[in-house]
Amino acid sequence: MPSSRMTTDGETTVRSVRDDVRSRARSASDVCRDALARIEALDPQLHAFNTVVAERALARAGEIDRHFDQWRDRPLVGVPVALKDNMCTRGVRTTASSRMLEHYVPPYDATVVERLEAAGAVIVGKTNCDEFSMGSSNENSAFGPVHNPWALDRIPGGTSGGSAATVAARLTPLALGSDTGGSIRQPASLCGVVGLKPTYGRVSRYGLIAFASSLDQIGPIARTVDDAALALGVLAGPDPRDATSAPEAVPDYTAALTGDARGARIGVPRALLEQGVDAEVSRAIAAALDTLAARGATLVDVQLPHAGYAIPVYYLVATAEASSNLARYDGVRYGFRAAPGTQHSAPGTAASTQHAALGTMYAQTRERGFGPEVKRRIMLGTYVLSAGYYDAYYLKAQQVRTLILRDYEQAFTGPDAVDAIAMPTSPMPAFKLGERVNDPLQMYLIDVFTVSANLTGLPAVSVPCGFTDTGLPIGLQLTGRRFDEAALLRLADAYQRETEWWKPAPPIVKG
Amino acid sequence: MPPEFSRDQIAAIAALARLELNPDEGDLFARQLGEILAYAEQVQRADTTGVPPTASVVTRHASDRADELRPSLDRDVALESAPDPAMDAGFFRVPKVI
Repeated sequence: MPSSRMTTDGETTVRSVRDDVRSRARSASDVCRDALARIEALDPQLHAFNTVVAERALARAGEIDRHFDQWRDRPLVGVPVALKDNMCTRGVRTTASSRMLEHYVPPYDATVVERLEAAGAVIVGKTNCDEFSMGSSNENSAFGPVHNPWALDRIPGGTSGGSAATVAARLTPLALGSDTGGSIRQPASLCGVVGLKPTYGRVSRYGLIAFASSLDQIGPIARTVDDAALALGVLAGPDPRDATSAPEAVPDYTAALTGDARGARIGVPRALLEQGVDAEVSRAIAAALDTLAARGATLVDVQLPHAGYAIPVYYLVATAEASSNLARYDGVRYGFRAAPGTQHSAPGTAASTQHAALGTMYAQTRERGFGPEVKRRIMLGTYVLSAGYYDAYYLKAQQVRTLILRDYEQAFTGPDAVDAIAMPTSPMPAFKLGERVNDPLQMYLIDVFTVSANLTGLPAVSVPCGFTDTGLPIGLQLTGRRFDEAALLRLADAYQRETEWWKPAPPIVKG
Repeated sequence: MPPEFSRDQIAAIAALARLELNPDEGDLFARQLGEILAYAEQVQRADTTGVPPTASVVTRHASDRADELRPSLDRDVALESAPDPAMDAGFFRVPKVI
């Protein structure tokens, strides 16, 4: 292993790295070099990164060290960060793990990139993910899957699998993911780290490569809730460049972490959890609820009668939005363009109905630039938006979305209101690579507990809450009130303080 | 509602989506989209009488900004990302249209 001090847990949190740099116990450059050395040592096995920007990171860290007085008090000074490769970085290739954008170098930074860098963070690279954030296992990356640090023959979860793996393997203490149907929380759960999807609108989406615009949200992946709170404070807040970013004031999230769960009411949708959940996951969740109760929280049953519709509603709404968002990839303004005349179109295919060379170029560019899952979703979304089917599928799904939203509103308001709703993040631990790739519907069902937070826009966090007998991480998901990440994180932090599930490092780190 | 798609239906959807599918992909998608839609069919069971659709969960919009000119991406910079830019003319070049 490289020279970095990584023998005890405290040294690899965002807060500890920040404090070390702030106190000049370590320079930003040393911290950066250590992170890059860890990536170099372990990433060949994990494949968590699409791009590592060593020179850029070292230059940035050097800048912080040289002008230290300007940077000392910034909240993330010297903290190495990995970004999911669907957030635009000026001058650094941003691919969304797609052939379509394999060589795309954005001319601008996403707002989250500007905010991280202004806070003193050092971006070390772009992480592997499912193509255009479509998937649940990271196997849809055009560049090959990420491997779970806890078991290299298993999936890390998706779609922000590279971001979860880099934090789990202690390559960087912080990574950003994006979450459209569970893409931050599910890989965080399967890799044994903390993943937070903030309230829709809490974090600007400017510069995020869009999948489903009414559902997408950026958030942090870290080892502790405290670190996630620290990062959210940097990321959150309105942005004039994203009309859906929320004007709500940003509180001090770390100050909210009192460790106190007393009096908190936690709703448990027992009916929802009765079927289809792995036995070891169920046991870990039950034990986690006992722990919260022992800390003074009250557990109450909640009814979410329309929760069973969440998966079909999600896959109708998300694919419809995706088919519209991905129409922009036409080989004209940026990204891949199929060379003319290199492939003859078979009879009965789309291109044969388009005689103009331009139409052929569009169709061939999209055929070769997109992978199978992206095409499948574009096809599904195009169908549900098409004349004759719009009302039956898309409109109906939006109406049922309202019913799901009302279920949650009811749980969070009134005399019996709860402060959070608890359930597993994933119904199962990480499965083996290749096990489910041939059955898209079975893959979609994995998102059963995560998609509702996107459909409703509510904040939700996954916290490590156990391991299977074979050593695979299990995550507890807590969903909170709109724009009340402070209360949600307080509860998650209170749980984490009482438990040690977040502490062990995967075997690959010790090896 | 079609539980399975015909090759012609798949070709029609692909044309709308500007995708040139190969025949194997067309057959695969015909089966898989049919399965997914058959599963999604369950939304029909929900009683949505009088229920408005939710397209967005934005509760409060940021206030309007002043309608003022602001700097945007430089034209040459934007063109540099294009597969076939006509830098001198300031255009994106595309294959023959007519």
